[in-house]
Amino acid sequence: MSSMDIANVTLETFKKLFSTGQRFDLRKLDEYRNIELGFDVSNCAEGSARVKIGKTEVIVGVKMNLDAPYPDSPDKGNIMVSAELLPLASPRFEHGPPKFEGIELPRLVDRAIRESGVIQLDKLVVTPGEKVWTVIIDIYPINDDGNLIDAATIGAIAALRKAKLPGITEKNTPDYKKRTNKSLPLNANIPLSISFYKLGNSIYLDPTREEEEATDVKVTWGISDWNGKMMIHSCQKSGKITFTQSEIESMMNLIEKKYLELNAKLKKLI
Amino acid sequence: MTEKFKRQDGRKLNELRPMSAKVGVIPNADGSAMFSFGNTIAIAAVYGPRLLHPQHMQDPSTGILRVNYDLMSFSVSDRKKPGPSRRSQEISKMTEYALLPVLDLREFPNTVIDVQVYIIQADAGTRTAGINAASMALAHAGIPMKNLICSVAIGKQDQEIIVDLDKHEEDFEEGEGATDFPVAKIANTEEYTLMQLDGKIPPARVKEVLALANKSCEEIYEVQKKALKEVFEK
Repeated sequence: MSSMDIANVTLETFKKLFSTGQRFDLRKLDEYRNIELGFDVSNCAEGSARVKIGKTEVIVGVKMNLDAPYPDSPDKGNIMVSAELLPLASPRFEHGPPKFEGIELPRLVDRAIRESGVIQLDKLVVTPGEKVWTVIIDIYPINDDGNLIDAATIGAIAALRKAKLPGITEKNTPDYKKRTNKSLPLNANIPLSISFYKLGNSIYLDPTREEEEATDVKVTWGISDWNGKMMIHSCQKSGKITFTQSEIESMMNLIEKKYLELNAKLKKLI
Repeated sequence: MTEKFKRQDGRKLNELRPMSAKVGVIPNADGSAMFSFGNTIAIAAVYGPRLLHPQHMQDPSTGILRVNYDLMSFSVSDRKKPGPSRRSQEISKMTEYALLPVLDLREFPNTVIDVQVYIIQADAGTRTAGINAASMALAHAGIPMKNLICSVAIGKQDQEIIVDLDKHEEDFEEGEGATDFPVAKIANTEEYTLMQLDGKIPPARVKEVLALANKSCEEIYEVQKKALKEVFEK
């Protein structure tokens, strides 16, 4: 979070507005922008989705590889999540080795998806101990107007839901040209990321780029309705100041309601 | 809570592994410390404040903190390839965020304070042991600090909330499986500086995690304070 770029006057204005529960775009502090979903954005991907939250836009594609399983899980498939913060999507992004933001984003999506158990890894085995499917989720922001992480997780789960397994050749390699109509083995829960951002004493959700730049600290929670039970799967605080115990407790009071709200919206869209 | 629940090393649910701490373990460093939870051993060295190179990274309004955390290659069963990984880069950054809230580096413009954290032996809880060691090393180096940072991993095995999981407990897979929830806080306050989590925990139970973290951090604080006093009151 580089607060270097934001003008002091903007920062002060945000502080004042947030402390009275207001935002420039008239949303409430805990209100998400409009969410739109599109599918099949790239037909070579096994599954793909485009998610828009306000002006933030992210494309997610799922590709599948056949690999040897990891030695400590011979009877399970693998998950891999990557993200490239392309200079295409924002003047802030640069070519070259990923900076911390580019490392953190896919790791947060990975943990929200993996820990929710939504992908049934034991059903991705082709030959036990020898060949398993690796599900690769690739995230590309197209336009960064804040809150990439929550958008990316929505895109990931949407692309997973639409993905179809490739065929398998006689030599036990993937046959991408002969896609089957078998969906990935997924559970019914929808893991989501819900990030809380803090400036001064105000906490808000789904910031625009400018609001995110004013942020002192954020925390991202991965959450799903795991076997009908609301579960936090992952969490990461990122930023130079603290969250107090009572702030954490009030987030926990709000998060279920926010999850159900987003979940209901997405169920209609997917 | 089920009364039958037993941790395999016989600890109580709220019992930390035996801790030890020592300050001044690296004579070359401006400050250094060792901290261990059971078999997990972390050492930390502080160098600086010193002039930051390259020059364009300098900040004339404040000094900056730069943390590097990593596992020694032999600290885990399967040898870890030396050099930074995405995991170690993330933990380095999280450690930096965990320590920064007690520091005010405006007195040291254009400088960097380097904190090097290495794990000699890993049995889960390495980032929390590392943060405890780093916090002591910063104090040892005489960096102005508001307070110490205390860090501990709270966890959950199926339904039970427990403190300071070892590797075996972290790999638990039955029922709701294992949850690892490392936190750090400013000693004796309600301010959390590190929060990370992997696993499954209902939002309503996070309160219990924080209560256990508060209690455990008080114990850790005493260990850190005692080790620092041994050096400064000699």
